[in-house]
Amino acid sequence: MLEKALTGGKKYWAWIFFLLTVIAVGLVAYFKQFNYGLGLTGMSRDVSWGLYIAQFTFLVGVAASAVMLVTPYYLHDFKKFGKMVILGEFLAISAVIMCILFIFVDVGQPMRILNVLLYPQLHSVMFYDMCVLVGYLVINFVVGWTTLGSERKGTPPPKWIRFLILLSIPWAFSIHTVTAFLYAGLPGREFWATAIMAARFLASAFAAGPSLLILLVMIVRKVSKFDADPPGVGAIQSLVKIIRYAMIANVFFYICEVFTAFYSSVPGEMAPFKYAFVGLDGHASLVPFMWTATILAFIGIALLVLPTRKNKVLLPIALLSVFFANWIDKGVVLIIAGFVPNSFGRVTEYFPTGNEISIVVGVYAIGMLILTILYKVAISVRVEKDL
Amino acid sequence: MSINRRQFLRRAGMVTALGLGGSFVITGLRGKKVEAASSAAEYETSKDALVAKHWAMVVDMSKFKTEEDFKRVIESCVSIHNIPDFGNLKDEVKWIWHDDYEHTFSGGENEYLTEEFKKLPFAVICNHCEHPPCVKACPTGATFKREDGIVAMDFHRCIGCRFCMGACPFGARSFNYRDPKQFIKKIDPDYPTRTPGVVEKCIFCVERLADGKMPACVEASNGGLIFGDLDDPNSEVRKLISTKFTIRRKVELGTQPSVYYLVGGADHA
Repeated sequence: MLEKALTGGKKYWAWIFFLLTVIAVGLVAYFKQFNYGLGLTGMSRDVSWGLYIAQFTFLVGVAASAVMLVTPYYLHDFKKFGKMVILGEFLAISAVIMCILFIFVDVGQPMRILNVLLYPQLHSVMFYDMCVLVGYLVINFVVGWTTLGSERKGTPPPKWIRFLILLSIPWAFSIHTVTAFLYAGLPGREFWATAIMAARFLASAFAAGPSLLILLVMIVRKVSKFDADPPGVGAIQSLVKIIRYAMIANVFFYICEVFTAFYSSVPGEMAPFKYAFVGLDGHASLVPFMWTATILAFIGIALLVLPTRKNKVLLPIALLSVFFANWIDKGVVLIIAGFVPNSFGRVTEYFPTGNEISIVVGVYAIGMLILTILYKVAISVRVEKDL
Repeated sequence: MSINRRQFLRRAGMVTALGLGGSFVITGLRGKKVEAASSAAEYETSKDALVAKHWAMVVDMSKFKTEEDFKRVIESCVSIHNIPDFGNLKDEVKWIWHDDYEHTFSGGENEYLTEEFKKLPFAVICNHCEHPPCVKACPTGATFKREDGIVAMDFHRCIGCRFCMGACPFGARSFNYRDPKQFIKKIDPDYPTRTPGVVEKCIFCVERLADGKMPACVEASNGGLIFGDLDDPNSEVRKLISTKFTIRRKVELGTQPSVYYLVGGADHA
């Protein structure tokens, strides 16, 4: 089926070459970092994780969100998602690959990364995170490729695939839960050590991931003959309902955190929130981000609750708002503010470097390239059949 | 006999898989041999080695008065462990340093504390916790707790994921953000220098204990740092801790630090 990604129009190839160029820039930046060390990033002794780990955390959510299509479609026989579910599974594949790449670019000794398998430590959450992520990648790849393959041949998918599909549902929850446990189990990091971290992660994932998916469906509609939500089906509007409730839950959970921190007035609990929203000890680099995220979150919810959700122009704006609100919350603030103040109650700020940002953009470009190829295959199979 | 494309690919795949598997078996076996050899060497400790069931340290605050007291202690550690000086806070690597009371014991702020106490510098090192969160977090076992309570590091196994730095509530760990070699004043060939991309921290001088010597900082401290076996009722550390008032950092987290601060002054030894 892969050969279908090798034929395409001018615009398709222009897009592919554009991505390859961005990837090349990222690769050069990575080689620089490989030679010099992680000192080329903005990370420090005090803020020892930065944009890389933040992107990893955010993208695990995007990957997990495929379950919001898989569960209704396969478990509850919700036919509306029939044409969209493959796009969700393929989005999950590219997101997991990006997660793995973000971990890879973040480690100081990448050539030793297989030590995680050679000396597995059953008490380390990172070991389990690696297992569930790789497992999720395999499951989604096998499920997506097999169902699409049988569709091409016009035969029903093999019986055994149903087992894998059902397995993928709890598995999706597990990847984001285990990722939350990476943070929520650390003593002395008050911003992360919260019992609802996994719940927050899932809620924000089920808002941001499907938002991205709908935006992708809209783009696919524009650039190809394939419509994953043909007139009269209403798949997008069904997914919008899921996004709406997930986002409301996410904001609710966040307010719970803020209440606990500020009503209890425990200084260590309040400090990271203060740093994110108003600044701490004269340091306020995250403040504009956090308020942008807050405003976007409320705009997104309002536009999705009101009838504006059916408006062709306002819907994409609402989805972008929800997506970026979550991206800022999880892909920027959560990780950095977790290190502020440091173990000594001091504030060290983190500013990513240009080289670091080039690597981040490069990894996203790899993800988009994989997504483009997978979508091209899926769309070609579908369009071929429809003609 | 002719084969079609599909058969060819299948066979090629099988051969490749066999090849990879075979090489894994070979390296696996070789790995085992090396491991056996190195573990044999590890158990051949010298007869003069200092041993204990639970190494612990008491910091006698009355002995740290001037900047000179710290300088001597820190320098003794830096020179034998090849600790680099990058001259900036971002890349900083440190095993032992000092900070004031309020920051060392964050949460212990007290507006009306005596000025003298407010400014009192506390020596800070890895706490060698009884329940070390860094060891739990490490995905490769590169940081591990020894039988004698020391939390040690294997610089050659560390992948540099820095999960341990997130896990340590005491800020005791440093990462080699760049190649440290040209920033080491004088390389001591008796101790390894580090490659970029690995984490390091105080290891209570395990290499000196194995040779029957006390940790370098203890030797240089003129009695300011007392080191011994907490499990031995007759050891000096144990006597001090059970007779004088000592405090530890962030006990509420339950990691059980093995570094005690003697604040009331002591008349030991």
